Amino acid sequence: MTISIRQIEKRFGRYPALNGVSLEIEDGELLALLGPSGSGKTTLLRTIAGLEFPDDGQVLFDGADVTFAHAAARQIGFVFQQYALFKHMSVARNVAFGLDVRKRADKPPRAEINRRVDELLKLVELDGLGKRFPNQLSGGQRQRVALARALAVSPKVLLLDEPFGALDATVRKSLRRELRRIHDATGVTTIFVTHDQEEALELADRVAILNLGQIQQVGTPDQVHDHPANAFVCGFVGEANRFEGKVESGVFTSGPIRLAAPGVADGDATAFIRPYDLAKAPAGEGFELRVSRIVTQGPISRVEGADATGRRIEADFAREEVAGVQAGGTLRLAAKIAHVFAAT
Amino acid sequence: MSAAPTRFQSATQDPAWVRWSILGLVLTFLALVLILPLVSVFAEALSKGLGVALDAIRDPDAIAAIELTLLVAAIAVPFNAAFGLCAAWAISKHDFPGKSFLITLIDLPFSVSPVVAGLIFILVFGAQGWFGDWLIDHNIKIVFALPGIVLATVFVTFPFIARELIPLMQEQGVAEEEAAVSMGASGLVTFMLVTAPNIRWGLLYGVLLCNARAMGEFGAVSVVSGHIRGLTDTMPLHIEILYNDYNFVGAFAVAALLCLLAIVTLVLKTLLELSPSVHSAPK
Repeated sequence: MTISIRQIEKRFGRYPALNGVSLEIEDGELLALLGPSGSGKTTLLRTIAGLEFPDDGQVLFDGADVTFAHAAARQIGFVFQQYALFKHMSVARNVAFGLDVRKRADKPPRAEINRRVDELLKLVELDGLGKRFPNQLSGGQRQRVALARALAVSPKVLLLDEPFGALDATVRKSLRRELRRIHDATGVTTIFVTHDQEEALELADRVAILNLGQIQQVGTPDQVHDHPANAFVCGFVGEANRFEGKVESGVFTSGPIRLAAPGVADGDATAFIRPYDLAKAPAGEGFELRVSRIVTQGPISRVEGADATGRRIEADFAREEVAGVQAGGTLRLAAKIAHVFAAT
Repeated sequence: MSAAPTRFQSATQDPAWVRWSILGLVLTFLALVLILPLVSVFAEALSKGLGVALDAIRDPDAIAAIELTLLVAAIAVPFNAAFGLCAAWAISKHDFPGKSFLITLIDLPFSVSPVVAGLIFILVFGAQGWFGDWLIDHNIKIVFALPGIVLATVFVTFPFIARELIPLMQEQGVAEEEAAVSMGASGLVTFMLVTAPNIRWGLLYGVLLCNARAMGEFGAVSVVSGHIRGLTDTMPLHIEILYNDYNFVGAFAVAALLCLLAIVTLVLKTLLELSPSVHSAPK
């Protein structure tokens, strides 16, 4: 199902949560809503679900206006950060809930519901645990149950609110792959909210980045990482060294650092250089880094240091490239790629 | 520094003499204020033998008082359960203007003296009251009759169930209800299948407390009942009448019965608290 979000406005009291948000979600797509806390991403998801209603704007499902349709009528599946499983029901009853509460005419026969429950528990790799209660499951298992429960009603769209937020790092990683596998197996249009950029970039077909209730950029993980639309996106997605400086006729200057900034208006500007976009430079080029520490993780060595004005800079190298460099020594660096944005 | 330091079991532990004196103080106080009166009630009731005590309870006026007390509780408690549920649901699951005012209002019966509460009903429904003429014209008796006693009891026991449910439902939040609704459940189905099972123990607990208070209410009921023996006397009122008649054994026998009802209620409540299913889902 395609979803169109048009100029959504939503305030909580005097605090604007969504500020004219528009977004198109394609059929069968896996989209991440990425942003810091307070950016409006959860409000946007809840507006799509019908758990929250906008002050202005429209939500369209396959072209039909559902802006003020009740959540129960939207045929969605919703997964909550804190699982929201029904504590007093077994896992199987939880998963069957959406089918059990259907009106008699639409309700599948008992045997059919049981078959569907078994099928879904198998899909989330919990077969055989149907008789357990939620408090007898681990966090990761609970979230799998929540996922199966949301999928049981064959939703037109699956919405997940920070689905891995309450889980520890290992479980989070494996469940992330699981979600991708389940999405590919069911083909259901899926939108998930996260503040973890790594999660968004790894999992999603496209990422929508929000800040202060506005969409900053929508694109594939590569697009938002390699071609950030503005300073916020550049700083939020991926790691970057950040420099405040000035642009004058296409050249950005900040202390000893000079970068080409074609097309950037003269005046105050911010430049970003990702640690792995810094390379060794011959004498006379680039700038000098006084090395304070070298951290090696597997094949990558991260060099930490400061430039002549004392600003902290991090640079990543293949391990053997900086084999001779010691803490206290110096290293000449130049940026292979930099992103420069005029101050707004 | 030759003496060995006291070995504490935990960081917040106090020296032994502090612990024992505080514990002793509490126990002495409890014995004096709670246990001793309770024991004396039963001792006094049985002072002339079990037979005399039973006769006092079998007296037709006493039986009428017992029946009236049970009837009043049977009306007031379900009413307040229904009201408490609605109020707790509205307050904890929804936002609306005047919410904090409503919470304060629910607490009003706690802060108003029961006697004043009784007088309010006399003022409103009594013969000289606002609706007095209209009620007499239509031959409706409220004060000095069952409706007045029920109203007074409802007023006094108003907060018990709502107060029990509001923090419980606030803590549980709305995520489970939202999950149910997102899967297509209607409001009623969501309440029956999701909300109600989550609050059943808190509700039962509130009902028990409310019941204990409804049976024992004296002040407000005393004002509106009119003390008509065999008709509008509840157990607490009957006890006072017997006592004022110098019928001490009778008074204490009925008092002992009222105590027994309260104790049964509290024992039920304790059993509920001990049951593991109150704090976690069924295994």
